[in-house]
Amino acid sequence: MQDQEDACRLTGLGRTYGKGVSAHRALDSIDLTIRANEFFTLLGPSGCGKTTLLRLIGGFDQPTAGEIAIFGRNVAGLPPEDRPVNTVFQNYALFPHLTVAENVGFALRMLGRPKAEIAATVARMVALVGLEGMEHRRPDQLSGGQKQRVALARALAPGPKILLLDEPLSALDAKLRQRMRSELKALQRETGITFVFVTHDQDEALAMSDRIAVMQGGRVQQLGKPEEIYEAPANRFVADFIGGANLIPARIGARGAEAEGLGVVPASGDLGAEVTLAIRPERLAILPAGQQQPGDLGPLRVAERIYMGNELSFRLEGALVPLHVTLPRGGLRGAQDFTPGDAVCLRAEPGAIRVLSS
Amino acid sequence: MKLHRLLLAPSLGTILIFMVLPIAITTLYSVLTPAQYGGVIWKPSAEAYIRLLFERDIFDDTLTFNTDYLQILGRSVLQAGVATLLCLIIGLPTAWFIATRPPGQKSLWLMLVTVPYWVNLLVRTIALLLILRDEGPINRALQSVGLIDGPLSLAYNNFAIGLGLVSSFLPFMILPLYAAIERFDFSLLEAAYDLHANRRKAFFAVVLPILRPGLIAGGLLVFIPGIGSYLAPDILGGGKTLMLGNLIGMQFQGSRNWPFGAALSTILMAVTLIALFIVARRAAREDA
Amino acid sequence: MALFDARAKDIRNLPGFGLTATLAVAFLYAPIVFLVLYSFNAGRSISRLDGLSWRWYQAVFANEEIAGAALNSVLLAVIAASVATVMATAAALAMVRMKVRRRAAAYAVLNFPLMVPEIVTAIASLIFFSSVGLGLGFGSLVIAHTTFCIPFAYLPITARLTSMDPALESAAADLYARPWTQFRLITLPLLAPGLMSGWLLAFIVSLDDFIISSMLSGPGSTTLPVHIYSMLRLGITPEVNAVSSLMVLASALVVITSGLIARKHS
Repeated sequence: MQDQEDACRLTGLGRTYGKGVSAHRALDSIDLTIRANEFFTLLGPSGCGKTTLLRLIGGFDQPTAGEIAIFGRNVAGLPPEDRPVNTVFQNYALFPHLTVAENVGFALRMLGRPKAEIAATVARMVALVGLEGMEHRRPDQLSGGQKQRVALARALAPGPKILLLDEPLSALDAKLRQRMRSELKALQRETGITFVFVTHDQDEALAMSDRIAVMQGGRVQQLGKPEEIYEAPANRFVADFIGGANLIPARIGARGAEAEGLGVVPASGDLGAEVTLAIRPERLAILPAGQQQPGDLGPLRVAERIYMGNELSFRLEGALVPLHVTLPRGGLRGAQDFTPGDAVCLRAEPGAIRVLSS
Repeated sequence: MKLHRLLLAPSLGTILIFMVLPIAITTLYSVLTPAQYGGVIWKPSAEAYIRLLFERDIFDDTLTFNTDYLQILGRSVLQAGVATLLCLIIGLPTAWFIATRPPGQKSLWLMLVTVPYWVNLLVRTIALLLILRDEGPINRALQSVGLIDGPLSLAYNNFAIGLGLVSSFLPFMILPLYAAIERFDFSLLEAAYDLHANRRKAFFAVVLPILRPGLIAGGLLVFIPGIGSYLAPDILGGGKTLMLGNLIGMQFQGSRNWPFGAALSTILMAVTLIALFIVARRAAREDA
Repeated sequence: MALFDARAKDIRNLPGFGLTATLAVAFLYAPIVFLVLYSFNAGRSISRLDGLSWRWYQAVFANEEIAGAALNSVLLAVIAASVATVMATAAALAMVRMKVRRRAAAYAVLNFPLMVPEIVTAIASLIFFSSVGLGLGFGSLVIAHTTFCIPFAYLPITARLTSMDPALESAAADLYARPWTQFRLITLPLLAPGLMSGWLLAFIVSLDDFIISSMLSGPGSTTLPVHIYSMLRLGITPEVNAVSSLMVLASALVVITSGLIARKHS
């Protein structure tokens, strides 16, 4: 089945800037396979190497180590104009002196396609992104959202095998960003083209992607489906970067993981090993200290009550690190409210505590 | 990389061969012996530099200290300095005023200030002479209202030269100052007031330091061409009061003492480069 | 209790600044206005108007020496500005793509002509051309003018180029344009206003020059400013006013053209 074909395979890919002591390793031997027809996201903070990786695939930069194969073909040394991939640039990079139609038809013109074919494709692409009637406008006569659509149509027009998107939503306001998320996802499903999407926004990544590669320090920290990344973070960085988590230092004892001041939680591992307990704030319940049972975390003291409209959260002190617990607004019904100074304990949902090696 | 070199070669080559090399040759000429009808004889001589300070007796070759040329040098620096100061006094309020106009008026004012720069300098200098002359409109107007009996001598003196320098180079002062003020963030002033500065203190503590690069740029753009200026002293000074530029020019026209002209030119170039170097180093230090 | 006085705080409108600006502009324009006015004088005087006429313009147009000098000036400015613009464009294209440290030396050389006092350039060129045997005349004028025009052409071109989004060329490459096509279809059209302003600036700077031309021009290669200067020996006549006014007109046309270009592309 074609679905199982690899769109892009990266082997030992590295990119180092500078030489000697001042050398900076932007990418450190990346091995990664992007499947055909999937919506693949490179997620990470700025400077993690995600944009460098995208530029290497696009051909705007050359690797210092390793190989890139696009649909089985090694593209080493090929310039961007010889690669079957197209890019949606961060600030769109629309040609300011060309109209919408000329921008969208640019690649086909470069490829020397007949005029009639160009016109037909441009019309189809303009319709696909819902910009009918705007064909003769210039980029400076368009809104941010419209520019975004032109950039998409322009990159899709030559029918790339892979579409690279470099933080394409970052220049839009929050509301428009929400809408473009759904549109991008729908567009990907409709066209069946492999999307490689770069972002630092975890919500975007979780909402749109088939698979996500979380990057940090020029390496892939975790690769998986959004659920896996969120529910089962592979390490401290992923747990912290995606959605935020309580990260509690602990040590493996005879009865489980012992966290200072919090008691013991069930966990297995090498006796005496230093570990980190990762617990999502929304997977904890908060109870009066009097109701503490074995396995609960506590006793703790409420330091701050933070009301945020759709949820209510508490900052708790008494352990080595401050802990956070978040209750959905409805969750408070029936449960007891607390004020700073109250003595409390925390009860984790079954399976909510992940033990990460430190 | 090779392409870059290829692209840079024509312009850099042209400047190096036809500007840098000639200036180097000029410096060499300053230590050669003058030929009788211009040009040089290839024999080393420090005569050109000696002549700057001493007069050599035609008969017995004795040297007597002579300040004539030094005076011209000093006058050039002084005239250029005064002109720079005047340009600053006129230019700063003007640039400030323009930069604080609403956008439409701003571009109009800016155009008004820029247009004279595009008009030929010789033509502008002649025009200035026209209105400064004894029979010019200023003297005639003053005489006709009975303020003065005879004409004021406005032309052919140091005053006229100074005025000429100011009118030649005023746009050079206004434009960089305008650019600096334009970039100035006026909310900084509100912050200064909020922190208990009054208008005067705010101006000296906040505005002036931020405008300093613009002030220095404008000052250099007036001072450097001012020292070597040729047309203003020549036309407005009536050839009576020389400045360095004219003295250099003369060595290649009537007097035909090329090494002496070359020496004067070398000194002018050195003064210019030293001024630029000091400013550049100070700017670099402030950046660091 | 003292009330807040907004005017005392408003540093935008300082007393006397508007007046200074007005006087400064008047000071820059008054001489030119008088020059142009007296060029229309019916009489010989340059200090008394005896009615208006075109006679001095007719005299200027009938004067073959002026016509020859004007032609020399325009020809010289067109050639120098064109060659300087091509060289400056090539240099600017290389400079924006170079590493900062390597750029510094090239930058110093490119801007060098701006730092040299005109009189120094003039006599250095005179010494150079006579010592290498190229002699004086139109050829030497072209070389000297081209040289000092380069930085003037370079400034607007490089300003336009650095304000251009480098992603545009990447985008063109991504959309299958070869390097030369990228330059022809994207870089060059976007650079055009900068090229025009650069050329115009170089043109006007060449036209403006007196001292370098006066040192280098031989018989037959006199430029218009040099010729006007020689006319001054006979005193200022309305004919001088007329030919000077024509130069003012030429400058005004150039300013208007470049202003229109700037407005269209801002």
